[in-house]
Amino acid sequence: MLYVAQFINALQLGSIYALIALGYSMVYGIIKLLNFAHGDVIMVGGYVAIFALAAGFHPVVAVILVILGCTALAIIMEKLAYTPLRTAPRISVLITAIGISLLLQNLAQLFFGARPQPIHIPFPTGSISIGAVSIAYPMIITIGVAVLSMVALNYIVQGTKLGKAMRAVSEDTQAAQLMGINVNSIITFTFAVGAALAGIGAILFFVRFPVVTPTVGAMLGLKAFIAAVLGGIGSIPGAMLGGFAIGFLEVIVNAVGLSRWTDGAVFLVLIIILLVRPAGLVGKPMIEKV
Amino acid sequence: MNRLGIKTPARYAINATLIIAFIYWGYVITQGGMLTRAQNNIIIQVGFFIILAVSLNLPAGYLGQLPLGHAGFMAVGAYIGALFWRSGILSGYGSVVGGLIAAGIVSAIFGIIIGVPALRLRGDYLAIITLGFGEMIRVLIMNLPSITGGAQGLQQIPRHSNFLVVYICVIVCCLVIHMIMKSRHGRAILAIRDNEIATESMGINTTYYKVMAFAVSAFFAGVAGALYAGTLGILVPSDFNFMMSINILMIVVLGGLGSMMGSIIGAIVLTSLPLFMQGLNQYRLIIYALLLILVMIFKPSGLMGTYDFSMGHVLEKVGGWTMRSKKEGGASDDSE
Repeated sequence: MLYVAQFINALQLGSIYALIALGYSMVYGIIKLLNFAHGDVIMVGGYVAIFALAAGFHPVVAVILVILGCTALAIIMEKLAYTPLRTAPRISVLITAIGISLLLQNLAQLFFGARPQPIHIPFPTGSISIGAVSIAYPMIITIGVAVLSMVALNYIVQGTKLGKAMRAVSEDTQAAQLMGINVNSIITFTFAVGAALAGIGAILFFVRFPVVTPTVGAMLGLKAFIAAVLGGIGSIPGAMLGGFAIGFLEVIVNAVGLSRWTDGAVFLVLIIILLVRPAGLVGKPMIEKV
Repeated sequence: MNRLGIKTPARYAINATLIIAFIYWGYVITQGGMLTRAQNNIIIQVGFFIILAVSLNLPAGYLGQLPLGHAGFMAVGAYIGALFWRSGILSGYGSVVGGLIAAGIVSAIFGIIIGVPALRLRGDYLAIITLGFGEMIRVLIMNLPSITGGAQGLQQIPRHSNFLVVYICVIVCCLVIHMIMKSRHGRAILAIRDNEIATESMGINTTYYKVMAFAVSAFFAGVAGALYAGTLGILVPSDFNFMMSINILMIVVLGGLGSMMGSIIGAIVLTSLPLFMQGLNQYRLIIYALLLILVMIFKPSGLMGTYDFSMGHVLEKVGGWTMRSKKEGGASDDSE
């Protein structure tokens, strides 16, 4: 019975990682940028939630505010910092992304202090019992919301005209431009979708770990990013798969009593996957043309 | 071009005199009690940040890769140096030098172990895998409390880092990296940065040179780590987190990727800035982050670009300007 509980636990953690990993993967797929600041978007989402709840908004409104806040932040970030660097070498863009991450963390520290702040998102409590196993509602809701978000994303990418444009830009930016696609607005849209998923991920994350600090996004972002690499960066199903894989890995490492090595295990997986199969589990290997 | 052309031995003599004068001057100032404790600390800190930045500049600026795990090598060196000194195998200056060399060598070995697999990748992937390795080193240190003191850290490390020790290391580091870059090996490294495939097709063993650059970089990061341990007298694993790697990278990038002078100036400015903006200390990192973004947008080559300082060239310019009429077409001299 313990196994079933741990299984659900891993699914919950994995779906949070998967939601965040999707943002990394989509942005990388479209402009080959490692958006280091993606994890910090989640941190900002946490502070937005604290303030929205403290201001007395209805929890549903607060959740919407968090998602909108994350999306707006990502769009501003993209317009101010990444758009001027569209043609710059990739190393410059990567350094800029690190700079933005640093900026967000330090601004948060300046405004809200380094002290961890508790956050209480009103979520239905209680649990249902299936046989001898009892599953808490937040777990079910987390998994359900994550699956719904992924289905919605899949519909946007595969079923709409915008999604078609996104796929075209990520395949060949110049050819897409020649076909009359506004590449800049598609890139902004990709950032926005990734950030909205991060906003949902932020809510689910803070339900499970109810403390916000200015650096909470750093490690979370790093792990979600590893999940994206594991699945195959640039690939949407890969990010989902990688997210769940990292969730399961963490729960298993914790369950066998090696909780101090959890972070180490995740990094080890990253190193192994990059050495053995840099394109990730479902990614296509990149061929270098001379 | 009508250059005055100072002969190589004369250049060496000029540079050596200037270096000795600088060391002597610094030694007198720091030992003479003219500075406050805080100022002395900053001078020492500037020293090991120069080593860290110059050593990171080798793979980041000259080789054109972006390692994000420099703090990991620094950690290895710091712990090896600290353990060496605490064990008291040697005494006096032998101990200081032995600890520094041991720290450097073990770090370089780590650099090779990490570099061989990591350098098969490039660009973003290399950045991530070095980040992963750097964090792994920190996790290892945290989880080996019997050797490293774990999360509580290592205490009572002999404080061996004074001005003389630190700045002799700075000069050795700059000199070695400068000489590598002026040699055949250095040209191979620059060629890899400019076009790896073309370099390989010219018959240059790119893997060998990449690993070499990585190992030399790790060696000096290790030495800097040992100096860091010898300055603070206490080590905690959280000192060597991702932020430390980013701090070093920031110095290199702001100074100019591929400019040793840029790294040195960057280290001096960014490390001593807190001294001059005490009231603004809480805004310091915000300003740095903004600077990083703005420099990338408006001057991606950094403040110094790839310009490198050479005393010989400066003297030639000044000399050539005043004495142009005296001498016609000096011997062409490209050794500097």
